[in-house]
Amino acid sequence: MKRFATLFDLLDRTTRTSGKVAALADYFRDAPEEDRVWTIALLSGRRPKRAVNATELRSWAAEAAGLPVWLAEEVHPIVGDLAETISLILPEPTRASDRTLDDWMRMLIALTGRPAEDRRAAILDAWDRLTTPERFLFNKLITGGFRMGVSQGLMTRALAQATGVDEAVLAHRLMGDWNPARIRFETLIGAHDPEADASKPYPFALASPVEDVAALGPPSDWLAEWKWDGIRGQLVNRAGAFALWSRGEELVTDRFPDLTPLRDFLPPGLVIDAEVLAWGGEAPLPFAALQKRIGRLTVPKKLLAEAPAHLLAYDLLEENGEDMRAAPLAHRRARLEAVLAALPPGLPIAPSPLVSFDDWETLGQIRATARARIAEGLMLKRASSPYFVGRKRGDWWKWKLDPYTVDAVMLYAQQGAGRRATLFTDFTFGVRDGDDLVPFTKAYSGLTDAEFRQITDWVRKNTLERFGPVRRVPPELVFELAFEGIQASPRHKSGIALRFPRMVRWRKDKPAAEIDTLESLRALLATTGATP
Amino acid sequence: MPRQPLLTFTDRGICCPEGDFHIDPWRPVPRALITHGHSDHARPGHGAYLATEGSAPVIRYRLGDIRLGTIAYGERRRIGGVTVSFHPAGHVPGSAQIRVERAGEVWVVSGDYKVAGDGLSEPFEPVACHCFISECTFGLPVFRWKPQAELAADLNRWWAANAAEGRVSIVGAYALGKAQRLMASADPSIGPILTHGAVEATTAVLRAQGLALPATTHVTPGIDGKTHPGALVIAPPSALGTAWAHRIGPAAEAFASGWMALRGVRRRRGLAQGFVMSDHADWEGLNTAIRATGAERIFVTHGYTAIFRRWLEDQGYEAGIVATEYEGESLDAAEAEPGPLIEAGGEEEAGAVQGGDAPG
Repeated sequence: MKRFATLFDLLDRTTRTSGKVAALADYFRDAPEEDRVWTIALLSGRRPKRAVNATELRSWAAEAAGLPVWLAEEVHPIVGDLAETISLILPEPTRASDRTLDDWMRMLIALTGRPAEDRRAAILDAWDRLTTPERFLFNKLITGGFRMGVSQGLMTRALAQATGVDEAVLAHRLMGDWNPARIRFETLIGAHDPEADASKPYPFALASPVEDVAALGPPSDWLAEWKWDGIRGQLVNRAGAFALWSRGEELVTDRFPDLTPLRDFLPPGLVIDAEVLAWGGEAPLPFAALQKRIGRLTVPKKLLAEAPAHLLAYDLLEENGEDMRAAPLAHRRARLEAVLAALPPGLPIAPSPLVSFDDWETLGQIRATARARIAEGLMLKRASSPYFVGRKRGDWWKWKLDPYTVDAVMLYAQQGAGRRATLFTDFTFGVRDGDDLVPFTKAYSGLTDAEFRQITDWVRKNTLERFGPVRRVPPELVFELAFEGIQASPRHKSGIALRFPRMVRWRKDKPAAEIDTLESLRALLATTGATP
Repeated sequence: MPRQPLLTFTDRGICCPEGDFHIDPWRPVPRALITHGHSDHARPGHGAYLATEGSAPVIRYRLGDIRLGTIAYGERRRIGGVTVSFHPAGHVPGSAQIRVERAGEVWVVSGDYKVAGDGLSEPFEPVACHCFISECTFGLPVFRWKPQAELAADLNRWWAANAAEGRVSIVGAYALGKAQRLMASADPSIGPILTHGAVEATTAVLRAQGLALPATTHVTPGIDGKTHPGALVIAPPSALGTAWAHRIGPAAEAFASGWMALRGVRRRRGLAQGFVMSDHADWEGLNTAIRATGAERIFVTHGYTAIFRRWLEDQGYEAGIVATEYEGESLDAAEAEPGPLIEAGGEEEAGAVQGGDAPG
């Protein structure tokens, strides 16, 4: 744990990418092997099930510190992080420990499902053996959300430096479903047992937003397609494996049983990059329809009928077991179309149609019709581009529609977390409904730190009521909010829910009397037709 | 006829009606007793001032030509119907708590204080009283300071590492108090100590009154990381990240403040290094100091007042909040927005005690 704590301290104290990579690479060279595996797992978002919940942690820590629970509850939002709060309030440890990260992870896994009294004793014992920085990390291992200011890409780069294995090869090896409690470091980064590899997806190629398409050069160099509003996924069909992976590297095969017929018809040794959509027969249904299926481990028959899954395929990454990613997109695309054309009709898959265009202006006009097609905009991909690992600027661009906007007034403010713990950054907004104001959305991003500081100062001076960390404020501050979509939501008082709401502008020029109305949002809902 | 309380809370500050004076008032009054020289406690415009001998030079330096009388620690002085005396608060050199007595009833106003020694300030002296008016800037159990010797070791390790990498080390710290603490903690064998003008001026005042501080060089045109390689530069927090700091050359920056105990605050300021160093009492310090007074009534003035009051009530004290305009340890004192950025916690309680309006 000490080695891991040292790594964390180094990462926390440098803002330079090179410094972070060097610290990680050193760690991957000299840390205990089991710890390296856990670190890779944690930095790629894999963590075991929570053995202890936040309420338990808080009350056990308060007890150990001789403080009332209410005090720990009050302090938590001020510090902005439960793991940190606990590490700071606990009394000094009376013992030391040279247990490794691996030891602690296994101890936590073993605690899962044990009676509360056993878990309490084990956690109190651990806290008494760890220094304040080690405790913070130990608590983070429990509460999750492990961010060390290191992306998975950066971690992969450091691992490549430490092991000499090519970065792209490593990125592929780290994909998929492996268990840090069982796999050995050498196995993870080295030669794989082909059986375990069978369902492994490739790292996703990602696009960047584009502003000025005219600067991209001759239109003939580019392929355009719709940017569908579904779930990006990779379908893997190899001998002994049929798997659907989400972009978050989650195995979601079982959630889309309506796609399993593909297993019988797709040729083996095939990997396809596609969008998973809820299908309306000829065209996709709005995202809201698909959303009902997300998060359900088993999908009831009614939903399968209402919102059948369908793939619109973008790219072909593997054919006949051969990695195609280095071939030009135009070639991969042609092979994709050929493979899908050979399938019998009626299967839930089709190529995502290319949008043909001769000049950027025409394409701009086509893009403007995206919403009617239930798309978010267009994708532009260079015809000669390989399927690269991660986000590399230059070859793949997303050209999204301008968002919708609404002017709304702040009703409640709450402190942020982590870096923004001391600022009020999470706001609830309302629109007018007759003489009333109806809360309809929350937003917490889009303003500058200076603006958040100013608003924080205002909130502190204008608090009307406190509900724990939430403050009710007078309806005076007006903001322009942007959002990507709107849908009906019986769960909300306003009856609507927005997709990706964020603040774009603080409208200091606009009085609250002139904000938008619930009626105008309902009208938008009616025209976009996005009822679930 | 019931007598009025020994001290009352007005929109000008803490008032002693029977002595006809205010303590650390924030609006002009005829007669002000001042706990120490920080600008939120020693303000301009009062008719007459009374402060300790140790804090008088800084107050005079900051406020100019004022009518300022001095008093020694422990000296009892009759003012109107009450007796006052000043006692070390351990906050900065010369800082005091002010004790007010009337017919055996004793109230103490803490000003700002810390219980642990810093090697420069006269050590905090507990004063027995019936009612204690205390600050609680860091009145949360997450604030726990390291001993001065450990802080010094941390500072010198960081400084030496930067010097070895060919960088100067710039630390942001209050010009009065923490800046001198840093100087006194610095190991002069590592390199020279440079100062920002605001720090140098205050340091000169303290030196003139006999405080033993290491040699420092004021950063003026021509003085930088080239002329003074591996230097430790002490500057007000507002100078960090400015053109002034950039001119010195390649540097590592750090901030010395109690707020650095919170990782989120340090990261929000984009600082790789923070020194958890404060001239205010930490959680344990506040609780120890309050216990030591033997007081049953406690008023808290600034900091996490709402939470700390509730904690005190849990401990069996009769506790109240006084809304004041003291800032405690402000994070961004030099920024345009008024008021400390950190949740002060007490503002929603304004009016709980008579007077005490929020700043207008």
